[in-house]
Amino acid sequence: MKLDNSALEVLGLTKRFDRLAVDNLDLTIHAGEFYALVGPNGAGKTTTLRMVAGLLRPDTGAVSIFGIDALQNPVAAKQVMAWVSDEPMIYDKLTPLEYLEFVAGLWGIAPSVSEPVAQELLSSLGLEPHRHERCEGFSKGMRQKVALAGALVHDPRLIILDEPLTGLDAVSARHVKSLLSDRVRAGCTVIMTTHILEVAERMADRIGVIASGRLVAEGTLTELRQQNGRADTSLEDLFIALVTLQEAA
Amino acid sequence: MSSATALSWFARHELRLAWREWFAMMTGGRRKRARAAMIGLLFFAALLHVPAWAVIGRFADLQLPLDKSSLIVISATIFLAWTLMLSQAIESVTRVFYARADLDLIMSSPATLANLFSVRIAAIALTVTMMALLFSTPFIDVLVFGGGARWLAAFGVVIAMGLSAAAIAIAVTILLFRLIGPARTRFVAQILAAIIGAGFVIALQVAAIMSYGTLSRFTILTSGSVADYAPDVDSFWWWPARATMGDSEALLLLLALGLVLLGSVMAIFSGRFADTAIDAAAYGTSGRRRAKERPFRGGSRQQALRRKEFTLLWRDPWLISQTLMQLLYLVPPALLLWRSFADSSAALTLITPVIVMAAGQLAGGLAWLTISGEDAPDLVATAPLTPSSVIRAKIEVVLIAIAVIFCPLVAALAFASPFQAAVSAGAVIISAASATAIQLWFRVQARRSQFRRRQTSSRLATFAEAFSSIGWAASAALLLALPIAGLISGLITASLVAITWKFSPKRE
Repeated sequence: MKLDNSALEVLGLTKRFDRLAVDNLDLTIHAGEFYALVGPNGAGKTTTLRMVAGLLRPDTGAVSIFGIDALQNPVAAKQVMAWVSDEPMIYDKLTPLEYLEFVAGLWGIAPSVSEPVAQELLSSLGLEPHRHERCEGFSKGMRQKVALAGALVHDPRLIILDEPLTGLDAVSARHVKSLLSDRVRAGCTVIMTTHILEVAERMADRIGVIASGRLVAEGTLTELRQQNGRADTSLEDLFIALVTLQEAA
Repeated sequence: MSSATALSWFARHELRLAWREWFAMMTGGRRKRARAAMIGLLFFAALLHVPAWAVIGRFADLQLPLDKSSLIVISATIFLAWTLMLSQAIESVTRVFYARADLDLIMSSPATLANLFSVRIAAIALTVTMMALLFSTPFIDVLVFGGGARWLAAFGVVIAMGLSAAAIAIAVTILLFRLIGPARTRFVAQILAAIIGAGFVIALQVAAIMSYGTLSRFTILTSGSVADYAPDVDSFWWWPARATMGDSEALLLLLALGLVLLGSVMAIFSGRFADTAIDAAAYGTSGRRRAKERPFRGGSRQQALRRKEFTLLWRDPWLISQTLMQLLYLVPPALLLWRSFADSSAALTLITPVIVMAAGQLAGGLAWLTISGEDAPDLVATAPLTPSSVIRAKIEVVLIAIAVIFCPLVAALAFASPFQAAVSAGAVIISAASATAIQLWFRVQARRSQFRRRQTSSRLATFAEAFSSIGWAASAALLLALPIAGLISGLITASLVAITWKFSPKRE
């Protein structure tokens, strides 16, 4: 596999359940890029990202994270990345601060480094007043923010997020978006799936459209418009046109 | 829709849900397993007749009128069954209150809530009674087969007991809500359920140990001193015993009492049932427990994992309620150990199987919680650790917890009998390791809150875990009394564990 400035390089990724979920997918995401993966329900977005994160073993294909072969050396690959799923999975009986301590411990971060980072993250996500409360009574939005703080506490170079804005109120969503933008500005790479096309349009450097397990279009918004010969159209219109075309094929 | 039609419709709805829940529990949520589950259930029910015959067969010829001693034994047995039903009912009622489920839909509907919740109370009573009937049927069958149709009246007694247990459980739980609030009720109710479930047996055993130096509760029940204090043979206290043996008047009175009790609870509490359910649901979003502030701790990744598991085990209310009963059963042997300290009584041998059995059962529960009951599986799976190091850290947690609980007992035993202590220690380790291994082989991803349902994921694992604990307990006891028999029993149990491994799902 070629080593360049790519944060993630996926080659010929295939996964079949009872039907083909991901079909020979090639994807390259550059370091420091904010990449949005969009597609209809069941298109294969989550399956792709779960294979990248090491949660699912591909049938065929290769995954390289900052030059590390993620299938051959998963521990090294996991050390530099973080995964946030759409359904925040945290421990009800731990407080946010205890959760972050646990995550930092799993990634082997020294307490002298992780504790101030954890306090800062909770503060920036508006969870500071709740840092010593157990998560069992938290709303979905609060839980999502705790999960996101967990993903950031070990300072990953690649953050993979599956629908991170689901269930967040407008203020929380703004917090999360600005936190992610800050990370990208600091050199971190972010890959995010979303159904909110406006978010992809505003935040992403590049957008990938996936349908039936295949990447049907990719590029900046301008490039996508050029590729489809629709100069002034919105991402939503482009998306519908691309997906309809793919389904018809 | 008229009020009566609405009620009967809601009753049908509740019954359908209860049936589907029970069916899912039996089949592990897989409809394809229905046939196998039914065959397994019938086989299990048939198999239960064997121990039922051994325990109760000799009482089938009993006839009314009975002497005081027999009345005491039968009444105590009925009371024991009733306490177990009450314990199960308290747990069911607490679960209904805290499971939000369809509460929003029901509360937002234009139906009369008091009526709907009356039906729900009746459904709880029915569930408790059905479960009691299911487990008591083999025993009653044995009595009917050996002593005639008059024993069929025992089914009526079970129904009366189920109705009264459900009624009292609802009243107790709602009163707990009023007295200590929703934040503490779930925890207190679970503790209460465990104490009620184990309390009567333990109290009898403690009395037997203190008076006669034995674990046998029948020694105290058949003693002259208890008979002296017991009421006359025509007292109403013996109604349940007489009703069980076919006294139709006593049976009708008991059934009437059960129905009146349940009816009263429905009339008094069905209105409050709604308020209580709202409080419980609201608690989920408002009741927050705080932890102390302390600096982050260092250490290896495995240490972080172990610390997390210990914290979660310590804070797990389900674990406390489910294992408290097992731990309570250790009180009588501990007491016997203390009593027999000086005279190394033969009764001391009984301690070993009790400890070994408890260790196996507890290890199985802990192993399920740590290995299968991972609430953040994605986080752990995406952490930079190999899967084997994650599993190893979790197994270490189980074995450390077992060591902390059982070391003091084994150490105390070492003062009385070093050999027995060595055998007990070895058997505790093997029993705990076997139960943990079975949970590891049959692990499935689940939430910790599904702990109560852990048996549904694999019937084979459940039975294997139980048989392994029993097998190692029997082997340890036999090793002390008859070493060759102990070795043979140990080999059989080891083979059983090996066969279980052979049947476990293969993993990559």
